[in-house]
Amino acid sequence: MIETISLGRDFKVRGTLVPAVRDLTFRVEAGEFVGCLGPNGAGKSTTIKMLTGILTPSYGRALVAGLDPSKQRKALARRIGVVFGQRTTLWWDLPLRDSFELVRHLYKVDRDRFGKRLAELTEVLELSPFLRTPVRQLSLGQRMRGDITAALLHDPEVLVLDEPTIGLDVVAKAEVRSFLARLNAERGTTVLLTTHDLGDVERLCRRVLLIDHGRLAFDGSVAELRALVPDQESIEDVVAHLYLSSTRAAPRTPRRTPDADPPTVTA
Amino acid sequence: MDSYLLLAWTWVRASAQYRTSFVVSIISSFAINALDAVAIGIVFLHVTTLGGFTLPEVMFLYGTSGVSFAIADMLFGNIERLSQHIRAGTFDTMLIRPVSPFVQMAADGFGAHRIGRLAQAVIVLGLSLQVVPWSRAWLVPLMILSGVVIFTAVFTLGAALQFVLVDAPEIANAFTYGGVTLTQYPLSVYGDQLVRGVTFIIPLAFVNWQPALYILDQPDPLGLPEWLRFASPLAAVALAVISALAWRAGIRRYRSTGS
Repeated sequence: MIETISLGRDFKVRGTLVPAVRDLTFRVEAGEFVGCLGPNGAGKSTTIKMLTGILTPSYGRALVAGLDPSKQRKALARRIGVVFGQRTTLWWDLPLRDSFELVRHLYKVDRDRFGKRLAELTEVLELSPFLRTPVRQLSLGQRMRGDITAALLHDPEVLVLDEPTIGLDVVAKAEVRSFLARLNAERGTTVLLTTHDLGDVERLCRRVLLIDHGRLAFDGSVAELRALVPDQESIEDVVAHLYLSSTRAAPRTPRRTPDADPPTVTA
Repeated sequence: MDSYLLLAWTWVRASAQYRTSFVVSIISSFAINALDAVAIGIVFLHVTTLGGFTLPEVMFLYGTSGVSFAIADMLFGNIERLSQHIRAGTFDTMLIRPVSPFVQMAADGFGAHRIGRLAQAVIVLGLSLQVVPWSRAWLVPLMILSGVVIFTAVFTLGAALQFVLVDAPEIANAFTYGGVTLTQYPLSVYGDQLVRGVTFIIPLAFVNWQPALYILDQPDPLGLPEWLRFASPLAAVALAVISALAWRAGIRRYRSTGS
């Protein structure tokens, strides 16, 4: 469903090329729930932006739902949903309901399907109390539920979320998590999310990609991630340990080969 | 196209909620530009011709350039706000929707009050049409349309530049708002080098100057070949192609913001 082959992106900063993502190769199958971890500035967002067609890669290639994101951006937009935790894709001054109606037109979702899907999402995400409220007046938790709804109205096969739980309180976080888990389990939607919240990872992700210095530093299950640093208690400590040690030695690129392989790490 | 109308309509509805401010902004947009036209009238209190053109002839130049610009500005002028969208991160959200980001940008914040500027230019043009001989009137719609395309292309080039230069809006303004001011007067009042520049480099001379020389039956002060009088559509298409390529190159080079 998602595939990258030695994908990379450099940015020119004051005349010199700085690599943000280098030589990234991984595969996500349909129906997987994958979490993408990494310290700030590691290249997670750049990766997500290349997979959603926002950024054009400097080299390598990506395929999402069988499409090349930067070359077939509009076709891809109909097949994937994208949520940014840090900003809304909704129209600030419009009531939530009107934003959804605009989304329906832009994605050319037919009226019946839209009505049905919106009714489902309104119920599950409990949107009805604030459907008529302008987006700018929503609380962060409400806005996030609205954003998730907007990203799912066209029934995408893949949902990509960039820090969806950032800034949410415990209750709102729990709601978002249980919704994503159900979406993945019941509809089979492939989910890829980036996060700094290891609660997201532990509760949701069957598979973790750790990106560091723009490279894939680990690819495996949460249990395998834990086992990497056996003397650490919590998953937080494990990840902190990995982040810290990685700043001393820049990692090489490991490759994940089909399933049964032991996880690799170079942190 | 329908996405454009839908988004634009959404903005009109949103701004119409504040009815008084909406009406005031239409009137002020009209008035500011009307003052601009009055300035030309004042010049003619002291002279009988400007660069070899009479008052109605200058009004014709003013009106054609003004109408072209007002239409381009109203429909597509908002793309000059690209760098604001880049900084706010809203350009990212336009890239994940199945509609061209150009269309979304152009419709975003659609300002219906700009109709005030258009109304003013249409009135000036209407008053000046007495100088247009019937046999040459056919060129008028064609020159206005070419003008719309040329100004839109200049707006687009300015926006494309903002992908690489943060301060590009200022540079772009020099060619868009500067361009309309320039072409509202007979180019014969400017130096030859400037006229050559706006003929062959940034083809603003094709907005109205070249076709107007034919319509008003005036000689070209630079003695440029006759066929250039009819070359506006050609210049418009060429510039449109260049600006579209620049826009696409800009998107490929787009860097987004941190996080």
